[in-house]
Amino acid sequence: MSRLIADIRGLSVHFGEHLIVDGIDFSIQENEILALVGESGCGKSTVALSLLRLLPDKGCTVAGKVLLGGRDILTVPENELNDLRGSAVSIIFQDPSTALNPVWSIGSQIVETLRRHRNISAKAARRQAIDLLDLVAIPDPHRRIDDFPHQFSGGMRQRVMIAMAISCNPRLLVADEPTTALDVTTQAQVLELLDKLRRDLSMSILLITHDLSLVADWADRVVVMYGGQICESAPTRSLFSAPFHPYTQCLLASIPPLSGGPTHRTGRLFEGPSAGVVTASAAGCRYAARCDRAEASCLSAKPAIFSVGAGSHLAACPVVKPSVSLAATVI
Amino acid sequence: MPHVLSSSPVCPLPLLSFENVEVVYGQARERRKALDRVSFAIEAGETLALVGESGSGKSTLAKAAIGLVPISSGTIRLDGVDLAQRHRSVRALRSRMQMVFQDSGSALNPLQTIQRILETPLKIRGVPRPERLARIAEALEQVNLPTSILTRYPHALSGGQKQRVGIARVLLLKPEILVLDEPVSSLDISMQAQVLNLLADLQDRHRFAYLFISHDMRSVNFLSDRVAVLYLGRIVELADRAALQANPLHPYTRLLFESIPGQGRRHIELPSTEASGTETANTGCRFHKRCPLVTSLCREIEPNLHVTGHDHFVACHHAQTEQVASARVSRRAVNDLRAI
Repeated sequence: MSRLIADIRGLSVHFGEHLIVDGIDFSIQENEILALVGESGCGKSTVALSLLRLLPDKGCTVAGKVLLGGRDILTVPENELNDLRGSAVSIIFQDPSTALNPVWSIGSQIVETLRRHRNISAKAARRQAIDLLDLVAIPDPHRRIDDFPHQFSGGMRQRVMIAMAISCNPRLLVADEPTTALDVTTQAQVLELLDKLRRDLSMSILLITHDLSLVADWADRVVVMYGGQICESAPTRSLFSAPFHPYTQCLLASIPPLSGGPTHRTGRLFEGPSAGVVTASAAGCRYAARCDRAEASCLSAKPAIFSVGAGSHLAACPVVKPSVSLAATVI
Repeated sequence: MPHVLSSSPVCPLPLLSFENVEVVYGQARERRKALDRVSFAIEAGETLALVGESGSGKSTLAKAAIGLVPISSGTIRLDGVDLAQRHRSVRALRSRMQMVFQDSGSALNPLQTIQRILETPLKIRGVPRPERLARIAEALEQVNLPTSILTRYPHALSGGQKQRVGIARVLLLKPEILVLDEPVSSLDISMQAQVLNLLADLQDRHRFAYLFISHDMRSVNFLSDRVAVLYLGRIVELADRAALQANPLHPYTRLLFESIPGQGRRHIELPSTEASGTETANTGCRFHKRCPLVTSLCREIEPNLHVTGHDHFVACHHAQTEQVASARVSRRAVNDLRAI
């Protein structure tokens, strides 16, 4: 078993009264791409921000542990925090055009990052910034380093964000919907780049996305979240071939096929059970309100996560039996 | 253009037609053609999907259709009538074509109740109040929303509900053509299915023609009859959906298909350059800088859209040679997809 890069234990986040993340546990191995999937509002971006302790102090309560290289980023003193950020973990965001400062040149933004984390001269930092741009396949980096964000296309801006994020050789890169704002052709290139960097720099990637087809192509393991809880966690192949949790099954069945399958003349797409009014009962399974197999016990107790198959396939649904779930696999 | 229309038996009497339509943004040296000699036709009850990257002109085309941007040359006809005419009858005709916007959140006024939002288009048409309420109730029923939402504000609705309000607003005016600009791209996947199914049901019931703009090939597979591929303002391929999937002829179309995730982890060699909206090749085919099949002919002469098979149009010098052989590979790749 390879080394643990990040170990998240009992992470809970409250925004005021609202429980956004409800005591989740997962870990990230060395050199793997772990995908965190779920629909909007399930808490996946909140998890991403907690991993860098980027959530605001006011109005926001974080409990649990986020161990990065043995140190809990949630409790380290302020002066050590910025050393962990950058070298232990860094992040790229969904929309590269709002994450870059529009009035600073690309180069000065990368140089700033480098000089904040490393004790190097401005000249050396600039040289390194050019190397980084080259690494993320920006053509003609000597010339483009003095350009401003608006002179770059969306895909190139995301490459610049990646260059900044990897500038201090992080062990873990958190990629929060890194390609949602990009075209499908550009998306493929950016993911190709992330995967190449992962291999070359031997870092791990936490890929946060709602797009299961991306997960199928790129992730080694998958964690599925619903309503702030983890409902299933499995190696990618195992998740797609034998989804266990009713929510995962519903998610997989909702991916429309790329060809064949129903068309508007011949049928209808799979919709899944419609979103009921989600009951505020924090006690039970969050998915129970939408689940067509929910029983009374689902509402009263939070389902424990347990092993349901080979290769660390875990799920949190006591109602479904493994044989039933296999038979019900829709695709 | 006319060959696109005349040789296309699918459209004997098109409801909407574009004939060599051009849209130019900017002035003098900043001039840029957002649409370049675009021609196609849609008949009643049919869905034409428009696919392409950002900057390809998809949204410009939608706006040109409903008159939100002026066209520089060419003709847009609705039921045979040139929409450029400034006549009262043309204005009335325009209400038969309505648009559903991409981001339902920003397409609804946050300060107005749903009732007020839905009443406005009817007021503008001078519909009396009792009839307004009846038509709103009818439209809400068609999109499966309860009348109780009328007193609520947009922020209190989910993304899927907001998009259905957007569709209801369009239904009120009893249109025949709906321009759908990425109607589901801002929604979660389960909501996408609901809205796409709703659009399919409405088309069944009312024989709507859809101009469906999307970059998601999975929704295109479900909702479209024909597909037009747009690249930097030009249609580079136009074909029946099944024909395009089985045998994409333009190298750009194939690049689009190959880039779709979920087809098995493959390290495909994609051209390293990206399309950049401002940088059109000066001469020759506009795709030549990214094209794997480029020859000197492509750098000099821009290919015209020409017929290659039954209703299959492509603008590529090399579409009939090596393309067809390699198209089999992508057909297999498309079949692989069913595995997930």
